[in-house]
Amino acid sequence: MGLISGLKSSLQQVRESLFTEEEQKRIGIYGPPNAGKTTLANRIARDWTGDAVGPESHVPHETRRARRKENVEIERNGSSVNIDIVDTPGVTTKVDYEEFLDYEEFDQDEAVRRSREATEGVAEAMHWLREDVDGVIYVLDSTTDPFTQVNTMLIGIIESRDLPVLIFANKIDLDDASIKRIEDAFPQHETVPLSALEGENMDEVYDKIAEYFG
Amino acid sequence: MPEAKASDNGGVQIDLISGQRMENLASMEKIRVILDGVRDGNIVILEEGLSPDEESKLIEVTMTEISPDEFNGIEIETYPRSQTNDASILDRIMGKEETAKLTVIGPANQIETLHKDETLISALVSRK
Repeated sequence: MGLISGLKSSLQQVRESLFTEEEQKRIGIYGPPNAGKTTLANRIARDWTGDAVGPESHVPHETRRARRKENVEIERNGSSVNIDIVDTPGVTTKVDYEEFLDYEEFDQDEAVRRSREATEGVAEAMHWLREDVDGVIYVLDSTTDPFTQVNTMLIGIIESRDLPVLIFANKIDLDDASIKRIEDAFPQHETVPLSALEGENMDEVYDKIAEYFG
Repeated sequence: MPEAKASDNGGVQIDLISGQRMENLASMEKIRVILDGVRDGNIVILEEGLSPDEESKLIEVTMTEISPDEFNGIEIETYPRSQTNDASILDRIMGKEETAKLTVIGPANQIETLHKDETLISALVSRK
């Protein structure tokens, strides 16, 4: 009995360790609402798998569920890195349904529905961060001030979990973009400038993804 | 604990909560103290702030409690962590990560941060 159960347990351990080694690294794309996370996720997914991850929009909180794209194989310098990318809802500490009413396409019921889904999405994103990601790409809009409490808190949370993190300064195609402001805000991390929308500097983006998460 | 007690005449209650009062509470108890205060329309000031994990849970629980026309969430401000004063690897292994940082939390529809730098948080608080 003892021998059989011991053998079973050993086999189980071998099976689990094999599984663990084959498990994809899940890279969470995090950041405040409207930083361009889904545009980036779509750019990466389209470049390497041909598919998109989800709809992009100028309306904040368009992504209200975390979406995972599995088996994104990025080839760099003759070798390849295989990751899952997880596009997450923009993180905030407040959601006011009235802000959705500023967009004429939404009536009151739709605004309330969207705000409710947005709150669920943020909670989901936080849960993924605590439990289910192996690395983080933190996306910031380089035309806006990065010194916000949400950014400071999230980077602190990521650091406390010892997750590898890359900061992406997005929207560099816009006139008022400032990469230096982001570098100054988080000097302890590497900042990579890019425009996910225009596909600018994507070679460096993929080099860094391979270097950090490979 | 110094505490500015509430008024029924439309004033704003400010609770300054000492590190000593929070240190023996479990994470969820701390979050409850904060959110119960903020949902009553109070401004909560923590002498020693929360750990990153507690901050993450605070965001998550706040989101589950947001309700249209009733509670829009929170505004939270702390001094930035000093870049040069990070906990050493040994401190982190020993679980002695420094979290002490004055933290101001209030209802999102009542508190507006006017200015913040490494040594000053300036906030405008409106009545309910």
